[in-house]
Amino acid sequence: MRVAEIVMGVVMGIFSLYLMWKSAELPIGWIPEEGPGGGAWPFWLAAAMLLCCIAIVIRGIKRLTPESRSEELYMDKRTFRVFMLNAGGLTVMIGLFHIVGAYGAIPLFLIFYLRFMGRHSWRLTGAFALVTPIVTFLFFEIALQKTLPKGYTDPWFEPIFAFFY
Amino acid sequence: METLALLLNGFAIAFQPLNLALIIGGCAIGLFIGAMPGLGSVNGVAILLPMTFLVPPTGAIIFLGAIYYGAMYGGAISSIMLGIPGASTAVATTFDGRPMALQGKADKALVAAATASFVGGSVGVVLFTLFAPPLAEIALTFGAPEIFALMLMAFATFVGLGGDDIPKTLFSICIGLVFGAVGLDIISGEPRLIFGGIPGFFHGINFLVLAIGIYGIAEMLWTIEISKGEVMISQATVNFRRIMDTLRELLGTWRMMMMGSFLGYFVGILPAAGATPGSLMAYGVAKTASNNPETYGKGNINGVVAPESANNAASTGAMLPMLTLGIPGSPTTAILLGGMVIWGLEPGPLVFTDHPDFVWGFIASLYVANTFSLLINIAFIPAFIWVLKMPFTILAPIIFILCIVGGFVPTLDMHDVWLMLIFGIVGYLMRKLDYPMAPAVLAIVLGPLAEPALRQSLLISSGSFLIFFTRPFAAVIMALAFILLILPLVKIAFEKYKNPTQAG
Amino acid sequence: MRKFGNKLLSLGLTLGLGLGFTVASADSAKAWEPKKPVEFVIMAGKGGGADKAVRFIQTIIAKNKLSSKPFTPVNKPGGSGAEALVHVKNAKDPDHTIMFTLNSFYTTPLLQPGLGIDIKTFTPVGRMAEDTFLLWVHKDSGITTVDQFVKAAKAKGNGWIMAGTGKNSEDNILTDFLNQAYGLNMKYVPYKGGGRVAKELAGKNADSTVNNPSEQLGFYQAGKTIPIGAFTPKRLPLFPDAPTFKELGKDFVYFMQRTVVGAPGMKKEAAAYYQGLFKKIFDSTEWQGYMKKKSLQGDFLTGDALMSYWLREKEVQKAILIKMGAIK
Repeated sequence: MRVAEIVMGVVMGIFSLYLMWKSAELPIGWIPEEGPGGGAWPFWLAAAMLLCCIAIVIRGIKRLTPESRSEELYMDKRTFRVFMLNAGGLTVMIGLFHIVGAYGAIPLFLIFYLRFMGRHSWRLTGAFALVTPIVTFLFFEIALQKTLPKGYTDPWFEPIFAFFY
Repeated sequence: METLALLLNGFAIAFQPLNLALIIGGCAIGLFIGAMPGLGSVNGVAILLPMTFLVPPTGAIIFLGAIYYGAMYGGAISSIMLGIPGASTAVATTFDGRPMALQGKADKALVAAATASFVGGSVGVVLFTLFAPPLAEIALTFGAPEIFALMLMAFATFVGLGGDDIPKTLFSICIGLVFGAVGLDIISGEPRLIFGGIPGFFHGINFLVLAIGIYGIAEMLWTIEISKGEVMISQATVNFRRIMDTLRELLGTWRMMMMGSFLGYFVGILPAAGATPGSLMAYGVAKTASNNPETYGKGNINGVVAPESANNAASTGAMLPMLTLGIPGSPTTAILLGGMVIWGLEPGPLVFTDHPDFVWGFIASLYVANTFSLLINIAFIPAFIWVLKMPFTILAPIIFILCIVGGFVPTLDMHDVWLMLIFGIVGYLMRKLDYPMAPAVLAIVLGPLAEPALRQSLLISSGSFLIFFTRPFAAVIMALAFILLILPLVKIAFEKYKNPTQAG
Repeated sequence: MRKFGNKLLSLGLTLGLGLGFTVASADSAKAWEPKKPVEFVIMAGKGGGADKAVRFIQTIIAKNKLSSKPFTPVNKPGGSGAEALVHVKNAKDPDHTIMFTLNSFYTTPLLQPGLGIDIKTFTPVGRMAEDTFLLWVHKDSGITTVDQFVKAAKAKGNGWIMAGTGKNSEDNILTDFLNQAYGLNMKYVPYKGGGRVAKELAGKNADSTVNNPSEQLGFYQAGKTIPIGAFTPKRLPLFPDAPTFKELGKDFVYFMQRTVVGAPGMKKEAAAYYQGLFKKIFDSTEWQGYMKKKSLQGDFLTGDALMSYWLREKEVQKAILIKMGAIK
């Protein structure tokens, strides 16, 4: 926990510096007769972020926060495994949106989650994997007319649209 | 008296069978759209706008008004049930609504939200009926300095919202403000913080991307870790008696409801402000004025009542400048305004005299829509509770999918979905270290309103800050903002003085 | 319930058949029609003039059943339209992607050359209208002519506030013109969107604006604001008392185009379809009524005529921006 606290402070401090550097692409000073320049607002706020990070790190080192006193592991093995499975599953699903589209990725994610993480029966898994994309399609594409990404499955939807309109 | 006659005539129009059916249908549709994370009243109204040419203009605006109302009620549902605010107006509702749901009081929170919405909406409509034209004149004179002062006041009301760790709270506010600055700087016309010209950053970082990332993905990951896969919510039951009990308890919160309603309404009238600052300010005021502010954020029913009454009153308030001045107070009213033009009505001061049936039919329909939204909402509460009882391994993937689709739909851009995932994962890692996240979400909403107003004011005044104190409205709001800022500090100092032993 | 079942069944059938035959039926001899919802990109945010126009067009299409597939508006306001231009340029399916453009169609690629946008590559579909600009002041200022305006603005120097829609936008161009032509030193304050600008004038937080008629119409009718000059070749029928700057001896005419553009690489057949569709929309009584009420000008232009109009306008904009010092 203690290490994580300090590492997070340092990482966010570096991120603040990066934001300051990027904001400085626009004038960050006071323009006479006009007020602050275009980069001033994000620049000085990012500077304030950096100060906060420094304070967080110092407090961490001095053991002033509960987190920096905690002897607990930031992530034990089991937490890490659960985190990787969930976050990894999400990342893969979003990646699949680009390739097999929403209507390929959603059932795959549901099968992965319900069957392999939740250990539900195949029947329940199958029902959700089938019904969710259909409901999603009817609600978003037909009722709300919002097109979801379809990746390489795009041409397959032409006859479905032909049916609905 | 004349107003009353016009209003009665309006009710006659609203109760025509077609219009009544449109009100009920609109409320139900709005409720569902509002309950989806990522979809709010803007989406509902924009999407259904083309459908309205099937009915006469009065029916059309009644329908869209009902959707607007329904969606405002619905926004509270995902805030309470999933902890994900469906729209920026419902952020403040998560603060206490979510803890209540986790304590097995989801039904109570939902009833409270619906009732408060009803009160807020009703107060809003009554104020609307009585004082439309003079208030519109005041709203018109609000320029950039007044809006900045108002934003400062909104910030002042929620300084106390963060955790105990001051550097972490400040960090959270600042990062939200910086993210809010991404996109185009309208004053200089230059793109800003687009990180090497990635086109997805041109439109800035949408509030919803951060909110869904943090409240959807990060909170879900956190809940999964804590719950170890078990069901988190203690089994809530819902029955008639519990609802009646809740209603009785709500009688005790009438002062909060009134405060929220009036505050929300007046903030809602102001162009460019809208319902979000109104609901945040109501929450902030409720907490500041409370005798035991430490119970807020832990499931205090007042914390649900104040913002919900405010955001519904504000959404009525936002219709006032739209109808009387042709100025939208919120994105949703901007689209309603577009609709009026499509139907061949020119909004403006003349609309009241030229099309009285339209205006008063619409106002009367708001009273009716308000009532039906309440009834439909309460009728559906058992269904929402049932959803919560599903095993977590089913609920979690469904919520994840809702988050991703909800993050995609507003801009139809996969860039936003990836950004949301990053916010979610980083947000989770920071959450574990007790970084408060709510301030960042609020800052990303208010920052893009505050910064241009500040710079426009300084442009007008050639760089002099006096402009905020020489204009009467701006000066009054500024003074209020400073009082609100100092009040919690005074309170702390006073308590320390009273109980010196507890200090430190 | 049975009907629903039948629908499901036939959906299943079409789905099954469709999967097998999509490739075969893609290039049938029939006239081209959209095969799925058409993405209608808007270069501006929700609630603005362009957005309203697109949603109006959407209702005309739906009401008169002009297309078998819906047109779905998508707002891409980022970076003064830069986001929309890049999106349409890289459209995955150019046959189903069209865009509603403003003058930022010319100016944004000029101001941000890094985007790599060449408007010659876009497919011309149809010019729906040209919006006009007028110079507005508040009625209580007592100003009724450009001469009085110049006198008052000179007296206030840089304390005279001109509200507009953004740096280097159309409003900025017009403000610079007025400053140069009359030797003024007005201060330009950018706001988000023309509606907000109009409101700042009506609320007396600005001294003058150069709004489109549609943005000021409500305040004008309410007797809050008045137009004192028009940036058009002829006086507008809606505002016969506002002389053109041409009459006043300053030869300056400026329009805002409202044009539908197809994605680069759109098939010929698809382009022909959209050109025909938007001609029908332009001729519809609804659109004609809309143009009249909003004081919009211009005839329908399409094909090569539209392309040469673009290239001509682009040169005009370029010259103006160079004069302003916004680009080299």
